[in-house]
Amino acid sequence: MYVEMRRINKTFDGFQASKDVNFGVQKGHLAALLGPSGSGKTTILRMIAGLDRPDSGDILINGNRVNDIPGSKRGIGFVFQNYALFRYMTVADNIAFGLEVQKKNKKEIKDRVEELLELVSMQDLGKRYPHQLSGGQRQRVAFARALAPDPQLLLLDEPFAAIDAKVRRELRTWLKEMIGRVGVTSIFVTHDQEEAVEVADTIIITNQGRIEQIGTPEEVCRHPQTEFVADFVDAERFEALMAVRRVE
Amino acid sequence: MQDQVEHSYQHDIVGDDIHSIRKVIEPHRDDADHAIKYILIGIAAVFLLVMLIMPLTVVLINALRDGWQAYKEAVMDEYTVRALQLTLFATVCAVAVNTIFGVFASYLLSKFYFRGRQVLASLIDIPFSISPVIAGLIFILTFGNIGWMGDFLKAHDIKIVFAVPGVILATIFVTFPFVFRELFPVMNAQGKDEEEAAALMGAGGLMIFRRITFPHIKWALVYGVVLCTARAMGEFGAVSVISGHLRGKTNTLPLHVEILYNEFNTTAAFAVSSILVIMAVVILIIRSFIERKRKI
Ligand SMILES: Nc1ncnc2c1ncn2[C@@H]1O[C@H](COP(=O)(O)OP(=O)(O)O)[C@@H](O)[C@H]1O
Ligand SMILES: [Mg+2]
Repeated sequence: MYVEMRRINKTFDGFQASKDVNFGVQKGHLAALLGPSGSGKTTILRMIAGLDRPDSGDILINGNRVNDIPGSKRGIGFVFQNYALFRYMTVADNIAFGLEVQKKNKKEIKDRVEELLELVSMQDLGKRYPHQLSGGQRQRVAFARALAPDPQLLLLDEPFAAIDAKVRRELRTWLKEMIGRVGVTSIFVTHDQEEAVEVADTIIITNQGRIEQIGTPEEVCRHPQTEFVADFVDAERFEALMAVRRVE
Repeated sequence: MQDQVEHSYQHDIVGDDIHSIRKVIEPHRDDADHAIKYILIGIAAVFLLVMLIMPLTVVLINALRDGWQAYKEAVMDEYTVRALQLTLFATVCAVAVNTIFGVFASYLLSKFYFRGRQVLASLIDIPFSISPVIAGLIFILTFGNIGWMGDFLKAHDIKIVFAVPGVILATIFVTFPFVFRELFPVMNAQGKDEEEAAALMGAGGLMIFRRITFPHIKWALVYGVVLCTARAMGEFGAVSVISGHLRGKTNTLPLHVEILYNEFNTTAAFAVSSILVIMAVVILIIRSFIERKRKI
């Protein structure tokens, strides 16, 4: 397992947002944290990134306990729910920021930024500011920025939430392909079953701070282990998706 | 003519177009709107004339009543110059202290969540709700001879009340919330995401402030500083109580104006006032410039 959460508990002002959370994600896999809003998905992601500290339990990355290591030293790229692009920096400067912090030399930074702009097909938009971009373009910048320092683990919080329903599907396929090409272990948060099924290798279902079930899309949709999962997951929709996939 | 217009409206309504309904309603609303607009403009203009323009003109006319020479003498008078110096000095101190404090306080209260956050935010507003005279008295009761810290200060030969430090303290107190009040909502609206993103990439606190927080609050900060400056220069009540009115020592410009006025030296009083008026106008211009800048 590349990432492991062991018996994690987290409380905010008396509200328990994570209850005995256990799961692991294999190296190179793309996992989805799927659950209703408020079920503690973001909290889990933030604890892995070191933005929040668990009250108890261990977080392991690549076999090392990282609870006491700052987020910036965990080799993580993070895509925030609303992308959190630096609004007073150009697209290129956004992508370069993490490299500048690492005091890479100018040439190296420039090359890497160009490489990433190309990867996300935004070569000509490096000089734009975030507010001059569409939702989809912003997502791509956020993705490129997170990848710039070459992280071993990519965390994405509801990466499609701020995007028009029309282009969401397209971007899903795009993101899955990109992550596959870069080969980075990834965990993304979503409350949309279809999204999880289409994109993820593994689905981790959360409910009220607990993990309800972990498995492949097929496993959680066809063989729900708890009443909640059976209720939450729409088996018919899954079969319909599979049918579409077979046709394609 | 009337007929024709009505006809066309009816035609539009038959066409069931949303615009047609507007066309029917709008002529009436337009008239009423215009009337209300001009009445409001009139009220505002009269109010401004009576409350602001007239008094300011009176200040300037009276200041120059005895001619340019008298004006220059009053303005160049030794005590006036000292009062101006003290006013500027106290203003610079107050603005510096309150800017630093305001930045830290709004950063703390907008980016961190902790118990008592609300209480702290309202405590900062206290100077807004306390009469400046009371504020002056508070300092006398704290730092004066009979005050809490009186013995301690006397033992160490530190003079605050009826001395320059008191004037500065009072000015700081009265203008305390200005920078904070401007910054806090702006920082709050910015959220923590960008800063967290930068921190995750390994950026240190200073770098995050310089490249992410500061560009966002820049104009709000300048605006707060301008407001704080204007208020600090004009402060009368608190300073009046704590300064002891020592001519050439603890007199600020507003206090000096009062003294001159009480000595029936009206021309000089107005001449000195005009300095404050001119500084206020300069600040007003800077302020409107910043406001335009902030909108962009
Ligand atoms: N910083 C915080 N302070 C207080 N409560 C929080 C905080 N972060 C999250 N919570 C609470 O924890 C619960 C889970 O939140 P979250 O992890 O954001 O859920 P999800 O991402 O699944 O929608 C919610 O009820 C939320 O109100
Ligand atoms: Mg969330």
